[in-house]
Amino acid sequence: MRFVFKTGYDQDIRFFKHTGYWQSYGFLFLTAVTAPLYLGNFEISELTQAISFAIAGLGLMLLVGFTGQVSLGHAAFFGIGAYAQAWLLASFDISFLVAMPIAAVFTGIIGFLLAIPLLRMTGIYLAIGTLALSIVLEQILKSWKSVTGGFDGMAVEPASLLGYQFNPDSWDFYYVALAILILVLALCANLLRSPTGRAMVAVRDSEVSARSMGVNIARTKITAFGISTAITGLGGALFAHKLQYLAPDGFNLIISITFLLMIVVGGLGSLQGAILGALVVILLPQAITIMKDYLPPSIGHQPGLEPGIFGLLLVAFILFEPMGIYGRWRKIKLFFDIFPVYRKATFRRQKAYLKTERMR
Amino acid sequence: MSAVLSADDLTIRFGGLTAVDSVSFEVREREVYTIVGPNGAGKTTIFNLISRIYDPTEGRIRFGGADITETPAHRIAGLGIARTFQNIELFEHATVLHNLLVGRHCKSRTNVFEELAFLPKVRRAEYAHREKVEEVIDFLDLQPYREQYIANLPYGVRKVVELARALCTEPKLLLLDEPASGLSVEETENVAFWIDDIKNDLGIAILMVEHDMSLVTEVSDRVMAMNDGKTIAEGTSDEVQNHPDVLRAYLGA
Repeated sequence: MRFVFKTGYDQDIRFFKHTGYWQSYGFLFLTAVTAPLYLGNFEISELTQAISFAIAGLGLMLLVGFTGQVSLGHAAFFGIGAYAQAWLLASFDISFLVAMPIAAVFTGIIGFLLAIPLLRMTGIYLAIGTLALSIVLEQILKSWKSVTGGFDGMAVEPASLLGYQFNPDSWDFYYVALAILILVLALCANLLRSPTGRAMVAVRDSEVSARSMGVNIARTKITAFGISTAITGLGGALFAHKLQYLAPDGFNLIISITFLLMIVVGGLGSLQGAILGALVVILLPQAITIMKDYLPPSIGHQPGLEPGIFGLLLVAFILFEPMGIYGRWRKIKLFFDIFPVYRKATFRRQKAYLKTERMR
Repeated sequence: MSAVLSADDLTIRFGGLTAVDSVSFEVREREVYTIVGPNGAGKTTIFNLISRIYDPTEGRIRFGGADITETPAHRIAGLGIARTFQNIELFEHATVLHNLLVGRHCKSRTNVFEELAFLPKVRRAEYAHREKVEEVIDFLDLQPYREQYIANLPYGVRKVVELARALCTEPKLLLLDEPASGLSVEETENVAFWIDDIKNDLGIAILMVEHDMSLVTEVSDRVMAMNDGKTIAEGTSDEVQNHPDVLRAYLGA
């Protein structure tokens, strides 16, 4: 067990709170940076895709995991980010690194404006409202031919910097994606250690007492939605380069649900969860493909095997590990940290103290 | 002594039910003012009116000379009114420290873009908030629980954390909704000491709803008894306890 002696407030503010963090996250960072050395182009390309999903997942995590507002429409913002990136590169002579933040901010502004009416709804109604976004956007992408190319889709100009052209399936673009992921992680972590992030958690856990502590509920929710969509849009912009060719059906409801699956499986309420979830969602289909060869044909060639396994996975996580992979990891870590006095109850959701008088 | 908070003819109707019926009272500086009454008398409703969760049907609420009848709920904490809840309303999946820092929210002056970049300004503000939080932790002896998740804490400690969170907003008036409910005799004694300290050392006026009459008698300067939304008696604890209308309300005699 580790005893951390605290001598300054900075120790609670900094990201890496003691040397253990430096060791584990340093190891993780080195693994990620050296990945191209021991992985082939195909795996690296898959990882790049996982990173763009992870960024989108981080955006959704801020909204669902930290503010407690559900969204079934984040594929729409993912799509807006991707199309904005493609359109910016096609219309202006700017670098893709300049276009990306513009696409993100543009998506964020749209998200912010949509949030004003949407976040008057809560719970299931909010889910339905955001669900509509996914459907509406798909239709807009199909119909607005002058900008999006309609059904024919739209090519994305290759990413290039100072004359160097990136290959989206190779290690060079993987590093671009990794750098953006680290930047987004830092932004999210910054937000969560400052007043707005705490207000978001407060809104999630108890709206009435958040309000009594001076938190403007509506403003906090709308800000969270704006930031969440901006980050998801950035993920979309990155994904556009990965895809190289955008088509309207690439950003439908299934993607929205995949994002939700990602953060639930990864672990709601943790930034790490979004990344773990993205890895699962991207790598699992590959694992299933490999597995197919070893299964008897009657099972392996069953139609709907992949969505079936995804569905099963989601149900299993909701039933047995609502805190996701990262939650399980924390439990295992705590078990060894405080061995042998671990109590299961530490992570149990408490319903012992009845909450009456819930005021909206 | 001047009034910190005054309510004039406060009335609220929910449909046909008049929950609070033209109640007037004032809380003075450095005073503990207690509202007692049977269940459903409208005590907590008055708290919700003051913290602006409900809009009064009639009447005005004045705080420190300013009219707050129309002030939005999230501004109330910034003006200097903090409250606790009858059924604890803490942020359960967060640490004690996190909960107390939320109490500092009304004092935060940084915007979301500065926070995304975590500018030095934000860091300095964090130090200042933490400093204040540590003062409150010292005041209420919460040191052992600083890093613990609320979900892991026993009921008694949660009550204290809620009080601490309210104090972190640096209030001029503290609304305590049944601070001793569900607490053991010892814990109730602690609450009595803390209420005295809050009043005398911090100079905060307290408006309290409480059923435990020994606590009420021990700490209150003035007591108001309510029944069915109406004031039935006001005065010192003894005067109110021996008032014939109060006996009738409680005993039905």
